[in-house]
Amino acid sequence: MPESSEHTITREQVAHLADLSRIDLSDAELDDLAPQLSVILESIASIQGVAGDDVPPTSHAMPLTNVYRDDVVRPGLTAEEALSGAPEVEQQRFKVPRILGDEQ
Amino acid sequence: MNTPDRRTASAIAEALAAGETTSVAVTQAHLDRIAEVDGAVRAFLHVDAEGALRDATASDERRAAGHPWSPLDGVPIAIKDVLATRGLPTTCGSRILEGWVPPYDATVVARLRGAGLPILGKTNMDEFAMGSSTEHSAYGPTHNPWDLDRIPGGSGGGSAAAVSAYEAPLALGTDTGGSIRQPGAVTGTVGVKPTYGGVSRYGLVSLANSLDQAGPVTRTVLDAALLHELIGGHDPLDSTSIDAPVGDLVAAARRGADGDLRGVRIGVVRELGGEGYQAGVLARFEESVELMTKAGAEAVEVSCPHFVHALATYYLILPAEASSNLARFDAMRYGLRVTPDDDPDHRPSAEDVMRATREAGFGDEVKRRIILGTYALSSGYYDAYYGTAQKVRTLVTRDFEAAFEHADVLVSPTAPTTAFRLGEKVDDPLAMYLNDLATIPANLSGVPGISVPSGLADEDGLPAGVQILAPAMADDRVYRVGAALESLLARGWGGALLDRAPELTGASS
Repeated sequence: MPESSEHTITREQVAHLADLSRIDLSDAELDDLAPQLSVILESIASIQGVAGDDVPPTSHAMPLTNVYRDDVVRPGLTAEEALSGAPEVEQQRFKVPRILGDEQ
Repeated sequence: MNTPDRRTASAIAEALAAGETTSVAVTQAHLDRIAEVDGAVRAFLHVDAEGALRDATASDERRAAGHPWSPLDGVPIAIKDVLATRGLPTTCGSRILEGWVPPYDATVVARLRGAGLPILGKTNMDEFAMGSSTEHSAYGPTHNPWDLDRIPGGSGGGSAAAVSAYEAPLALGTDTGGSIRQPGAVTGTVGVKPTYGGVSRYGLVSLANSLDQAGPVTRTVLDAALLHELIGGHDPLDSTSIDAPVGDLVAAARRGADGDLRGVRIGVVRELGGEGYQAGVLARFEESVELMTKAGAEAVEVSCPHFVHALATYYLILPAEASSNLARFDAMRYGLRVTPDDDPDHRPSAEDVMRATREAGFGDEVKRRIILGTYALSSGYYDAYYGTAQKVRTLVTRDFEAAFEHADVLVSPTAPTTAFRLGEKVDDPLAMYLNDLATIPANLSGVPGISVPSGLADEDGLPAGVQILAPAMADDRVYRVGAALESLLARGWGGALLDRAPELTGASS
């Protein structure tokens, strides 16, 4: 990838994006991903300028409106079923690692 | 080596109805076939022999009592591992869900159970349906039954290979950018992507919500219609489900089988052919168009100028939606949890655990797409990438609308090439993405499509497919025209294309 390309993703950017995505990428992965993503981005950036300002965006193929249902009690998963795949369980609850920082 | 049960699902259903066989016998025959060849094909991630035979026994009892639940009651089926199955592992081909057993059924699975179809097992796929070859499965690739050194397509290569190798008469797949149709083309089988919203997505582990659609994987067009009618229709549990009847698809397939296409206008999409398409694939496609024309169809060339941008549009929209969807794999409520090495000065936080788990649990392609999607959605880049892609998506849909003013269905080759060799493209993401060139526009616009085997390419003797697309909610057209083409081709061949597949010699090969 030429350094001058406006569609280059740098190693630092990949590290930041991995941080946002909550993935601990290894150094080797960071090295590989930056050039790979730049190639992909360079290729897909071709669509810029294809659509004029007057073209509305499509988020969904079908026209959709909100769907409501009556607010009535229906059978759902039991607590046991809901917890059946949990990595850790305590007192019929999901047991998770600490959420606050060390200093908090 | 036993002879496999090569009958279609509809033939099995007729034999069951006539009392000529039992569901237990049919199910056992397919389990035997799996035991014999799946060591080589590796279509299945999980086989549930006990559950399938239990369901088959119950089916036979219903049949004996004169109360079958559906026309396909007792016909066994395989299910892509992206669909939640209560009591059966569901991994999406990923380490992050290894061993996860869902506490509920996807709606399509519940409908199959309610229709009495024994579930043979779960089929292999690219991790979270990201890929065109099944090589991105964390559990190893599936092999194409036509040539075990080649890919079966993807992401639903397991379902297509299972049906192609006679390990199952029917399977379910999901299609986000071609994951039902492209595997169908390269394994000589039939695959249908229904209209978006026509089949429930509840319990389908989301890759890209606005593109994902579950559908039939079969050996014949009629079998696909039978399965589609069972799984289709409104589902209140899916807010994107269309509240309208699924249509008389079986009747459309039966009507098409007479091969008469008089009055049908077939639009050949100029942009889906030519450069980048293998000569043998194009040759079989052109013959198919000629056959349909001889059968009375009027062929017109249509232009969809924005289709050339569909691939790029897709590879911005899909990673954006996927990066958001896959945030649910947080190591807290289900799935893998990896705790980083203990540091006496720093107890791992939930976020540390999340980062370590996602690093260990996701494969390379999944990480690539999550990072790309996060980038496309980032402040400062959103308008340039994701916003632009959404606008081009509108233009692709307008192209479809214009084309369908001149044609009842659109046709193209399903995939640009036949099955390539395992390993050939796995390290070249862009080359891999090109496999979906012809299938992606339908997902962007939500229209239905089918892939029908069109013959073998001269260069390599491997299967190719023709794709038939119809306007949204006109799924019956893909069945009518698909069945007609299938029937016209079979007359010329003197049988089904799969009859020419090499014999599988089992796991020892």
